[in-house]
Amino acid sequence: MSSVGISSRPGLMWFSSPQTFFPLAGRMTAWFFALAAVLAAGGLYIGFFVAPTDATQGESYRIIFIHVPAAWMSMFLYLMMAFWAAVGLIMNTRLSSMMASAIAPTGALMTVLALITGSLWGRPTWGTYWVWDARLTSELVLLFLYLGFLALQAAIDDPRRADKAGALLALVGVVNVPIIYFSVQWWNTLHQGSSVSLTRSPSMAATMLLGMLLMALAFWCYSIAAALHRVRSIVLEREKRAEWVRELSERELNAPRGLK
Amino acid sequence: MLSVLLQVIRRDLLLAIRQKSDVVNTLFFFVVVVTMVPLGIGPEPALLRDVAAGVVWVAALLAAILSLPRLFANDYADGTLEQMLLSAEPLSLIVLGKALAHWLVTGLPLTLMAIVFGVLFDLDWNATAVLVASLALGTPVLSLIGSIGAALTLGLRGGGVLTSLLVLPLYIPVLIFGAGSVNAAISGVGITAYFLLLGAFLLFTAVLMPWAVAVALRISIE
Repeated sequence: MSSVGISSRPGLMWFSSPQTFFPLAGRMTAWFFALAAVLAAGGLYIGFFVAPTDATQGESYRIIFIHVPAAWMSMFLYLMMAFWAAVGLIMNTRLSSMMASAIAPTGALMTVLALITGSLWGRPTWGTYWVWDARLTSELVLLFLYLGFLALQAAIDDPRRADKAGALLALVGVVNVPIIYFSVQWWNTLHQGSSVSLTRSPSMAATMLLGMLLMALAFWCYSIAAALHRVRSIVLEREKRAEWVRELSERELNAPRGLK
Repeated sequence: MLSVLLQVIRRDLLLAIRQKSDVVNTLFFFVVVVTMVPLGIGPEPALLRDVAAGVVWVAALLAAILSLPRLFANDYADGTLEQMLLSAEPLSLIVLGKALAHWLVTGLPLTLMAIVFGVLFDLDWNATAVLVASLALGTPVLSLIGSIGAALTLGLRGGGVLTSLLVLPLYIPVLIFGAGSVNAAISGVGITAYFLLLGAFLLFTAVLMPWAVAVALRISIE
């Protein structure tokens, strides 16, 4: 093990500078958006045309190809957001905090998607749009946590304070999420008999699983691309007075004229 | 160490006594909200008995939220908070003292007031005792968790509404087990587990929250 790498070659920290990260993120955004489109096309084709009709739920089960990946992403993105927030707070790297802010809206979007598709699936299957089931309730609370993070950052004008305050809130949220989840679960089992069992998963056809995995990967790629795209905008906004941003915007302005 | 804690509590209590309207208004709010509920859902005793615990607990949550801005706002406005941040004493200890004082002037009166609500909502003495005990154990947790919301939103416009948005989701476990203990007592199920969990929340937040709030205050004042 040697520490020479950092000075002689661009190491990991090299990309923590907004200037070097910006063009890289631009290239990655395009690739991940394209990858997400291809994977989603494949996943949706398998989900809608190849996967067999479910014996008990009929065609309505097919919404799981969107619902399950969205629910996974909603929880995973909160962890990612808290991770980058923590890195930003501990290492004092601006880009990490920007990453956390960039992930939050996508996470909130995934949570809303999971809630809406879940209730649309619940209507034909359970006969109701909403039950106060432990999973549904904790997903709703997760949405509140996302909204709290977004609202707090929106209310603070100073970007550095917004970064740090949001980071602390995200970390408090991460500690609380398991406590809230288990509380809600216990509350639910005490109050109403488990009329609906979400945990009992029926054996799944291989094509269904394949479709779901493809869609999950598509959601991953979309989330990465969306977060990178947003972080680029945040970088530009925060660094608008930096020399390299001014040069970049001048080049962008001159480019169409040069083509004529 | 202990003397610092007592000093902070003494100071905040003294300020609260000099400005009684703040304390009385919070209590009044709690009473009015709970009183609205029978008017909204009807006077049947059986129905009221079922919802009593939940209503009193939700009202306690709202009253706690409403009183949170007072925790740091005045000290922030007159510069005392800055002196506390500069002080040689550990900031987390000062925060713990302020949270305790906040509980003494809001949580404790609410807890005592709940005895009256036990009567109004036709709870038997056993259930009323459980309600009061659960509030006694749970309201300090509300003050402790709430202090992080108050610290993060210090000096922001629309801080009050924002605080409730940040803090209410974090109150969910306390609400569930606080109200749950009363309902368990009414239906004759064991209540030990509820009180053990409420006690665990209290210990957990008493240890970790002052430290997190100290960090939040330094972020907000920086």
